[in-house]
Amino acid sequence: MEVDRFLTEIIAAPGLSGYEQPVARMISATLGRFADEVRQDQLGNVVVLKKGKGEKRPKVLLAAHMDEIGLMVTKIEEGGFLRFTSVGGIDPRTIVSQEVILFGKKELHGVIGAKPPHLTDEEERSRAYTMDEMYIDLALPEAKVRELVSVGDVAMIKREAIKLNGTSMAGKAMDDRAGVAVMLACLQELQRLHHLADVYAVATVQEEVGVRGATTISYGIVPDLGIAIDVTHGAMPGVPEYDTCKLGEGPAITVGPNIHPKVASELIRMAKEYNIPYQLETATGPTGTDARAIQVARGGIPAGLISIPLRYMHTSVELLDLEDIKLSGRLLAYFIAAVNSEYVEELACF
Amino acid sequence: MLLIKKLTEAYGVSGDEYGVRDLLREELTPYAERIETDTIGNLYVKKGIGKKPRIMVAAHMDEIGLMVVGFESNGLLQVKTVGGMDERVLVSKPVVVGNNHVPGVIGAKAIHLQKPHERKKPLEIEQLYVDIGVKSKEEAEKLVKIGDYVAFMASTHEIGENCLIGKAMDNRVGCAILAELVKIDFNLELTAVFTVQEEIGLRGATVAAYNVHPDFGLVLEGTTASDVAGVEDTGYVTKLGGGPAISFMDSSFIAPRKVVDFIVDIAKKLDIPFQLRRLTTAGTDAGAISQAHAGIPSAVISMPCRYIHSPASVISLADYENTLRLAKGVLQAIAEGGLSLEGIA
Repeated sequence: MEVDRFLTEIIAAPGLSGYEQPVARMISATLGRFADEVRQDQLGNVVVLKKGKGEKRPKVLLAAHMDEIGLMVTKIEEGGFLRFTSVGGIDPRTIVSQEVILFGKKELHGVIGAKPPHLTDEEERSRAYTMDEMYIDLALPEAKVRELVSVGDVAMIKREAIKLNGTSMAGKAMDDRAGVAVMLACLQELQRLHHLADVYAVATVQEEVGVRGATTISYGIVPDLGIAIDVTHGAMPGVPEYDTCKLGEGPAITVGPNIHPKVASELIRMAKEYNIPYQLETATGPTGTDARAIQVARGGIPAGLISIPLRYMHTSVELLDLEDIKLSGRLLAYFIAAVNSEYVEELACF
Repeated sequence: MLLIKKLTEAYGVSGDEYGVRDLLREELTPYAERIETDTIGNLYVKKGIGKKPRIMVAAHMDEIGLMVVGFESNGLLQVKTVGGMDERVLVSKPVVVGNNHVPGVIGAKAIHLQKPHERKKPLEIEQLYVDIGVKSKEEAEKLVKIGDYVAFMASTHEIGENCLIGKAMDNRVGCAILAELVKIDFNLELTAVFTVQEEIGLRGATVAAYNVHPDFGLVLEGTTASDVAGVEDTGYVTKLGGGPAISFMDSSFIAPRKVVDFIVDIAKKLDIPFQLRRLTTAGTDAGAISQAHAGIPSAVISMPCRYIHSPASVISLADYENTLRLAKGVLQAIAEGGLSLEGIA
């Protein structure tokens, strides 16, 4: 229950890439309750350390990014309408008539407008709105807008969590606050398990603009292995089945060159041993996740990746099954409980 | 403010106006001499029965939306639009389905999986689905049935300077103003009609105008405000905050010039800011009322709404107050014999 509530709160909270502080505070407070130590690094990554018990304590890094995609003001137009660009990958078609919250001198409500349909011709209506045709309307007089807003201010898509049938839930920023929720589920499970390893659960920054938080944190912590937790595409119409995973059927364990084979095989072994449903996901090159940075940090760090299947990625209605989050947390906890120094030493032996 | 919030948050896609009608009936029963419905679902609230002249004021209750027309094997709902909608606003929005208000979302293929040319084209209704978070058709059928209506899910709240944002402003603003008029006593026979099915062709008003057969019909509407970035001043239909808009003509109706002048004079006399609606397309209930029986003189007063027919329409509360003042002024002037209904055309 706590995991669901936590996710509901953090997905609605603001935390655009480079501006993660509001959501970072919430995450520190909740994950911190399970930790021996909580800190933030220079880039803003939230590092939660839960120490293991023993003489030789391998370091395990868990990384889930807390930043979300959003908008940044580029120009104040006549009438006080704001032109904007995207922070991270936004499909302009998904933000038409969408409410936003703009962080100017104070929080301002706004809505994304575009040229009204009755003033467009057939040709214009047959193409999608592009970002430069859109604007943010704050319903304020121009002078007020100029007083409160500056170029470079960021705006968040406004969306509260939507509880759907059964254990399904939709909302913005599930990518990748769902991964942060997995870390909470994992830390909860670890409370009742014996583990030798020191666990560094890190909510990373700036993943959406180029896995930057994972780069500095892998360097800073020097873990023996690192597992990224992210989201992956759920099955939906118009997408080949082999490119997707199924919602509600457990974590996706990634295999491929970005992933250390012994990390993947150990995750699979644990899933089988503890009867945790899982799915395999293939990645033929570097993944678009924190695992991409972890693998090549310092002199190389063995990387793993588990993902929550999710439909409609990078829209404000990203949809997932909460069960997958709990199953992922459990799988990671059992994996961590089995990590010892022999296992991590083996990772360098090919 | 409270009434408009309640009315806009209620669900009432064309043909499924129950939520709005129930709310209005409850709100207005204490003020009505008679309150009734007809076979199509219009709600009539009568006051001053037997007085002259007999005035009908209409505001439509329905909003645009979708209807469930089928199921995919994986439980996604296939939908069609109800009423005129720019399908480009549907993507990435939450909705509710059916009488039990089952929550759902309208998703889109992730940007990562799209080819560049796909991104340039709007998603058509055939490519859009409502996802209620089930795993199969069988599971979906337990919650939803073919023919269920789908409405946007949105809460109404304040935005900017004295403005409100929410869904269905077209035409719950008209309903709210008409409800307020019902609470005032005028020395005439007033039939307030909350009509159904305006968005699919003025269906409710057609029946209502026949049933009421008034001496004069006034329609309260929400209309588009296009005073936004990228639009030249000449393209503005109305301006947000510019006051109530008086129509000369729309696609369904041409206002008798005498009536337009009468309303303009009242606005001037009462010092109410107003504007003339600068678009001759889009229909209103006045089209149906003016052609009922042997013809009924009619007029339309509209309130500007930005992003009309979307889940995030913006209205100005100043416009709301001024539209109410003007509508009230018109009824008062008519009660005082200010509008001669002889030879009106």
